[in-house]
Amino acid sequence: MDKQPIIVDIEHVRKSYRRGPYTIPVLEDINLGIGEGEFIALMGPSGSGKSTLLNLIAGIDRVDSGAIRVKGVDITSLSETDLAIWRAGHVGFIFQFYNLIPVLTAYENVALPLHLTHLTARERKQHVETALRVVNLGDRMAHRPHQLSGGEQQRVAIARALITDPAILVADEPTGDLDRRSAEDVLNLMARLNEESKKTIIMVTHDPRAARRAQTIRHLEKGVLTDADCQTPV
Amino acid sequence: MLIVRLLFKNAFRHKFRAFLTILSITIAILAFVMLRTLVGAWHVGVDASSASRLVSRNAVSIIFPLPLSYKDRIRQIDGVRLVSYGNWFGGIYIDEKHFFANFAVEARTYLELYPEYVLPPKERDIFLKDRKACAAGKKLAAKYGWKIGDMITLRGTIYPGNWDFTLRAIYHGKTNSVDEAQFFFHWDYLNETMKKAAPSRADEVGFYMIGVKTPDLSGAISEAIDENFRNSWAETLTETEKAFQQGFIAMSGAIITAIEVVSFVVIIIMLAVVANTMAMTTRERIGEYAILKTLGFGAWAIGGLIAGESVIISLCGYCCGVILSFPAAMAFKQSLGMYFPVFKVETASLLMALGSSLTVAILASVVPVQRAIAIRIADGLRRIG
Repeated sequence: MDKQPIIVDIEHVRKSYRRGPYTIPVLEDINLGIGEGEFIALMGPSGSGKSTLLNLIAGIDRVDSGAIRVKGVDITSLSETDLAIWRAGHVGFIFQFYNLIPVLTAYENVALPLHLTHLTARERKQHVETALRVVNLGDRMAHRPHQLSGGEQQRVAIARALITDPAILVADEPTGDLDRRSAEDVLNLMARLNEESKKTIIMVTHDPRAARRAQTIRHLEKGVLTDADCQTPV
Repeated sequence: MLIVRLLFKNAFRHKFRAFLTILSITIAILAFVMLRTLVGAWHVGVDASSASRLVSRNAVSIIFPLPLSYKDRIRQIDGVRLVSYGNWFGGIYIDEKHFFANFAVEARTYLELYPEYVLPPKERDIFLKDRKACAAGKKLAAKYGWKIGDMITLRGTIYPGNWDFTLRAIYHGKTNSVDEAQFFFHWDYLNETMKKAAPSRADEVGFYMIGVKTPDLSGAISEAIDENFRNSWAETLTETEKAFQQGFIAMSGAIITAIEVVSFVVIIIMLAVVANTMAMTTRERIGEYAILKTLGFGAWAIGGLIAGESVIISLCGYCCGVILSFPAAMAFKQSLGMYFPVFKVETASLLMALGSSLTVAILASVVPVQRAIAIRIADGLRRIG
């Protein structure tokens, strides 16, 4: 596979957490480059630091040292406010537990990130309807999360992640709470987004079946990337 | 619009909790408005006072009388238009529970000095001609079912014996602030009876009411009256009607202060209730706020969602409390109208309650907002699932 230009460039990143008097190192000198349009899976045992690394790339956590450049922007140097604006425009999030707002309908959940844009109400409506149709939920727009199955909720979450047309999708165990069939649907959808829309997808997973859908698999162990790039057939 | 919808949906997500919180605020606002109205009712006499009337009483205390002979000397002072006089009678109707204010007054001048007591002309004429006549306010007459011509007996406390009167007139107030629960009769009837029963107490007046030609003369006339009787055996203290009424209020100053303090304590209790609800709500939804932060919503948006929810709940309670305060004030007036003839919910009280509700809503959301903003997204997300 041809190497794509690097969209995420991680250099000497370290991260630790404080638990009372103790400092627990989570990531040790991480160096990683992710190509534009790449679908990468981060694997590793619990506590290996893969979700922390994902959070750092997505700008929802801060590094202790090192730099993370996304599309040339060093996100580690951004203020909280600038980082929030950056996230809204550049990253789409898919979580294990879908993380939809329970009192809002599927339509409203997907529309939420658009309220940070300057789109008109009509444009927002068009975008939301398109996004929900892309995930095959055009007929479930008025349903609330509790009226949808796990797989459907995750597809709503994917529509929400796509709605601002971000360059990067980050997915933290996106199939972790789904049955096999729903997981397969979600993975197919993600693969399609990667292939057709050229979205860069960074996925954390425990599931080797899910990881096999990625072009690259990287393993983390005790906060250290243990292998060189491992390409997998799509 | 979606954000506003989210605000409302969040506010009523836990319906029972929202109901209980709103109920608490409703009760607090109702109590606050009623207490403020009560304080206002206390001051209504002051508000209704005329700037062109003075009251002269014994300088030692109002319980000591002044001689009737002062009337002509006061009348001669420059700027005095009219002089009336009267005594607090303190009679009891049926028993002590049936209290109402009753005075013996020099009726002709009194009615001229107090045009706000409106008597039908025919009744007024008959009342002025009949020595044993009395006049009662509309509310008082309605309370006891009195009709013109009815015999009314008061048991004297300051002036012993049973005193029979014939109801010859029922007055109504020219404005809403006029007390329609008073009872007055001819001072001459009292004086002539006292001349026979206790001559030493005859020709004594409890207070003089003085009409001045223009309000700006009040100060000079007050001084002139008091100067006139300085070093006499009954020195006078003359003041404007407003100051006289305020003097009465000052006697119950501690009670009024206590009521005012309680009304603000009620607001503090309301603050505790709303703050507790908001703290619980925010703790439960910290994950959702983390999601919103993840999506790019900033501190202002998160703060606005929490504070907005607090404002919605508080305003719901405020509206319910205000709506209930009107029938409550009506009920209060019906049962205690004799003590508080004017018991009206004032706009100022409602605005004060509105200000308090909004302040409580904002204060109650300060700590939850701080927590929601301060939490790291990763920590917030960890609480979901």
